[in-house]
Amino acid sequence: MTEILVQNLLSPVTLAFVLGVLARLARSEFTLPKDIYAGIAIYLLLALGLHGGVELGRASFDDILAPALATLAIGALTPVSSYLVLRRLGRFGQQDAAGIAAHYGSVSAVTFIAAQQFVNVMGQPSEAFMPSLLTLLESPGIHIALAIGAIASRSTGGLGATPLRSTLHEVLTGRTMVLLVGGLVVGVLIGPKNWGAVELFYDTKGPVFRGMLVIFLLEMGVVAGARLKDLGKVGPFLLGFGIGMPLVHGVLGTWLGTLTGLGVGGATVLGAMAASASYIAAPPAVRLSLPEANPTYSLTASLAITFPFNILAGIPIFFQVAKLTQSV
Amino acid sequence: MQTVGLKLVTIVAEPVLEERLIEALHRLGARGHTLAEVRGAGSRGMRASDPPGQGVRIEVVVSEAVADRILDHVAQEYFPHYAVIAFVTDVAVVRGEKYV
Repeated sequence: MTEILVQNLLSPVTLAFVLGVLARLARSEFTLPKDIYAGIAIYLLLALGLHGGVELGRASFDDILAPALATLAIGALTPVSSYLVLRRLGRFGQQDAAGIAAHYGSVSAVTFIAAQQFVNVMGQPSEAFMPSLLTLLESPGIHIALAIGAIASRSTGGLGATPLRSTLHEVLTGRTMVLLVGGLVVGVLIGPKNWGAVELFYDTKGPVFRGMLVIFLLEMGVVAGARLKDLGKVGPFLLGFGIGMPLVHGVLGTWLGTLTGLGVGGATVLGAMAASASYIAAPPAVRLSLPEANPTYSLTASLAITFPFNILAGIPIFFQVAKLTQSV
Repeated sequence: MQTVGLKLVTIVAEPVLEERLIEALHRLGARGHTLAEVRGAGSRGMRASDPPGQGVRIEVVVSEAVADRILDHVAQEYFPHYAVIAFVTDVAVVRGEKYV
């Protein structure tokens, strides 16, 4: 176990993230220009979609069905479990609990990519249709949590929430969904034959993709590092939640992945998906639908606690869990 | 040059509100608007934006009556739970008929 943790810590992706955090803590002026950050995010998502789409075209429906159902089950379960833990154990208010639960019910694409890269390096590549599952997990968790928040606030006579239609539009037309779903469709349509023309650039196992990912993680480190100062504001419970909840969700996701026929790599990636918390799609949706929820809680938990935890330790832990459950 | 006295309404808000605010400004009588992406911090601390910490500044030149309507709307809808500030400045503009 220690060996895997160390191996993960010494990967370029992880070290770039750590460098970003340290740069921020040292109050370095370094930060990736905003447009380059946005451009690399677009590239990563589009590559994930395109490559995933090409592979999806080769996959058989039977292989995908069970893992897809498992993904949807995770999407339905994680916002509810997060909400209940925050309400019952953490004594959070309804709106704050629902706001945080929306982040934990959704998924972080960067965590997904990091997990995918990790299992590749470990020689246990994940199933090629995994990016399709990512698209299934992004949206349901957010909406279930927002619905919980809306119902809770109605029963206590709180502010009327934003109509579901406009938050649905917000989430479904967000950058991640458009590029990922759009990329998948394009990938399926172009097929393996035309894929060859762009493979060098968009291959998610290739050097271009890995190089871009390293720069992106550097900036993610800066962004997460900037949030570390808020750790004191959110209290010890949320700190524990930000590590404990992803551990529980991650182990569950890994187990479900194994149960539905994924290999060690795929189960690890599914576990990382279940464990991850959104910090791109969820925040604006929560802000508009649950305005009383304090964004400092949800953003600090997802960005400054859970994201670093998954990158530094969560992914190798889920990998070990996947290995254990599959060697029985 | 001939100038007319009007009101410049400035709203600085978290970016999730951009579309709603612009829609409301035009509904309440603004004939145009200027938008800038800005950075900053205030009493509410964190912004839900990507990357975090961004804000938008929206400015409109309007008649006094419209300025009042805009401030009332922003105060009622957004002051309670969002990071928003709004203020009015007296301005002297040329081609006053453009704005009312």
